[in-house]
Amino acid sequence: MNQAVQAAPAAKRKPKETGVPENTKYLHPTLLKNYGNWRYHDRPRPGVLHHVAHSGDEVWSVRAGTQRQMDVHTIRKLCDIGDNFAEGRVRFTIRSNIEYIVTDEKKVAPLIAELEKNGFPVGGTGNSITMIAHTQGWLHCDIPGTDASGVVKALMDELYDEFRREEMPNRVHLSTSCCEINCGGQADLAVIVQHTKPPVINHDLVANVCERPTVVARCPVAAIRPAMVNGKPSLEIDESKCMCCGACYPPCPPMQINDPEFSKLAIWVGGKNSNARGKPTFMKMVAAGLPNNPPRWPEVGAVVKNILTVYKDDARPWERLADWIDRIGWPRFFEKTGLPFTKYLIDDWRGSRYNLNASAHIRF
Amino acid sequence: MAKKMHDTPNLDQLESGPWPSFVTGLKDLAKDKDYVVDLLGQLEESYQTKKGYWKGGTVGVFGYGGGVIPRFTELKNADGTPKFPDAAEFHTLRIMPPPGMHYDTDTLRKFCDIWEEHGSGLIAFHGQSGDIMFQGATTENVQKSFDEINEMGFDLGGAGPAVRTSMSCVGAARCEQSCYNEAQAHRAVLNTFLDDIHRPSLPYKLKFKFSGCPNDCMNAIQRSDIAVIGTWRDNIRTDEELAKKWFAKHGMDELVNDVVARCPTKAFQVKELSKIKAGEHTSTVAVNDTHGIEISNQDCVRCMHCVNVMTGALAPGKDKGATVLVGGKSHLKIGGLMGTVVFPFIKLDTEEEVASLVDYAERHIDFFAENALEHERSGEMIERIGLANYLDAMEIEVDPAMVNSPRMNPYVRTDGWEDEVAKINAKKQAA
Repeated sequence: MNQAVQAAPAAKRKPKETGVPENTKYLHPTLLKNYGNWRYHDRPRPGVLHHVAHSGDEVWSVRAGTQRQMDVHTIRKLCDIGDNFAEGRVRFTIRSNIEYIVTDEKKVAPLIAELEKNGFPVGGTGNSITMIAHTQGWLHCDIPGTDASGVVKALMDELYDEFRREEMPNRVHLSTSCCEINCGGQADLAVIVQHTKPPVINHDLVANVCERPTVVARCPVAAIRPAMVNGKPSLEIDESKCMCCGACYPPCPPMQINDPEFSKLAIWVGGKNSNARGKPTFMKMVAAGLPNNPPRWPEVGAVVKNILTVYKDDARPWERLADWIDRIGWPRFFEKTGLPFTKYLIDDWRGSRYNLNASAHIRF
Repeated sequence: MAKKMHDTPNLDQLESGPWPSFVTGLKDLAKDKDYVVDLLGQLEESYQTKKGYWKGGTVGVFGYGGGVIPRFTELKNADGTPKFPDAAEFHTLRIMPPPGMHYDTDTLRKFCDIWEEHGSGLIAFHGQSGDIMFQGATTENVQKSFDEINEMGFDLGGAGPAVRTSMSCVGAARCEQSCYNEAQAHRAVLNTFLDDIHRPSLPYKLKFKFSGCPNDCMNAIQRSDIAVIGTWRDNIRTDEELAKKWFAKHGMDELVNDVVARCPTKAFQVKELSKIKAGEHTSTVAVNDTHGIEISNQDCVRCMHCVNVMTGALAPGKDKGATVLVGGKSHLKIGGLMGTVVFPFIKLDTEEEVASLVDYAERHIDFFAENALEHERSGEMIERIGLANYLDAMEIEVDPAMVNSPRMNPYVRTDGWEDEVAKINAKKQAA
């Protein structure tokens, strides 16, 4: 279907449909040798994992933060470090940290020094605040309410010390998302665009650009219906139903949901991917209405830092953000963080009754 | 030397501070590339107006229907010409990484050379679906760069209503908690569906993710249609040397408060050695000369907490495999859904066992293609038709491990009850 725009016919080359490549040729030889036979690991210092195999072999992995969107000069610099100070094999974590794998403990300290000398912070392991999972934003997305890389850069500048330490109660995963689709994903704490006004419709364009039944079907609250506007087939929105999610915008760009003033940012907490202790949890909205304020989003940074500071001071060892709130309860969470609990935080979406307190369990 | 830089007062502020700056990287590229000079111009405009300026379109490589994310600028002068003409086309190639995202530096350098020649020079390791994202090429150069990347042994990933690029954790390559060969399962499943990856024709996207243990480092349960989570059936293994080493360092307070008290099913107890009872389903290990650990494995839900805290001292069992969940997705349209258990346990040791996972995936995709509504994810489809109907179609037997609890309302027609009981009894007798 997408073959309308092609290079000249002479350049047509049939793709080699090889799929996911094997990873064995990229693995550090010691990882390949001990594949599936690891015994335990420990962390000699923040940013370093030490794995011991049943064979007795040992590897040290040194983890460093990157900006994810990397220019080739940065990648080559990381490769130079890998060739000169490590053993030429690297991997990336799900949060865009790079890991160098070495079999000689003596290489660890010089490798760390070289990484930090070149501006790559070593950390992101264990009970740290690791790099933020994020999206594309204004740099590349077609529907962004805000930027991604810039928000992340601004936040990680603030959280830099916690990336390089392991002083949080448990690991802290963050994400940011530039629209309510939430490509950044579930996290202990997430920053997500929250639109506050219905889309503004350019009725001149709808008929030519949008497949109207598709757009009608996309709305979670059935607020969109076909209509003739100024003699042209278009769409209209029942604004009393619309909850401003923006789901109509991707299939119908003339329904502009992004607004420089009214597209705000919300903060969500308590998502947990792991099954450790409790089952995985979805995050919950705890703050909204924060301004979309580039280039450094100071209002968002202040709320994020406040929540993480209160969590750090108050949570017990091994409590993820969700575990901590489970123990202290939501009233105390709002009290300790000073965040206002407004009526908008009471869930009224389907299944919401299970989020209400149907008990006499109240903490005083 | 490239053309003169545009003023970027907003972006300039993202060069200060200790975290690595993507703006500094872009400016480095802009020294040689007009393309990136104009990219920075458009991005700065977004920072000033708080608006995005890219629209999609139709760009691909010969032979495939997806995998390239087309971007054309919408930022135009009054006469309709692009305000930043050198960055008027800024397409991304999604390239599938090796399982576990392992590389040698030689491969990364080759990526850099290709992308410096044909693209913007900006590469993201990795996108949220797991792709290596080669960000920024003109329509003309998409094919050239793909051809060279493809010759290196890398292939395009998914986009649109297709099977999407997958991710698997570091797993067996370097993790003691790994419960199956994640890379093998990842490749066996994904490479079965190359047609569905490269030629989008499903009702909507479909994602697989592979995590080697219930720590689920790939966030599979929350964001994949089919999540394969490593686990084990037998007893937690113990290592007395490492248990004593752990205890000597951490002591009784941490053992009680951080491990015993945090076991979700109270399967983990600390006892005087004389009171510890061994048993078929019990794991025991001494932590010093007077006290030890007793774990009731039949009560254990394989949450990983104690194994995480006392890594090596405690370890997953030997009878390993995976739990498979179906239907995870994010908010749109009906709200976030986590995956639901459809196979409490499958073995993945042999090629035949991996093939049976692939077989399930094929049957799921066939059913999804036929029954899902347009723009409906697997989880939404199952929510609409009910899990029991889905299991029927997949010929999967019901299992109480699939539910948090039996139903809490009487709104079900049960006139087939006796038949179902008879079937279950017949199966029991045959076994």
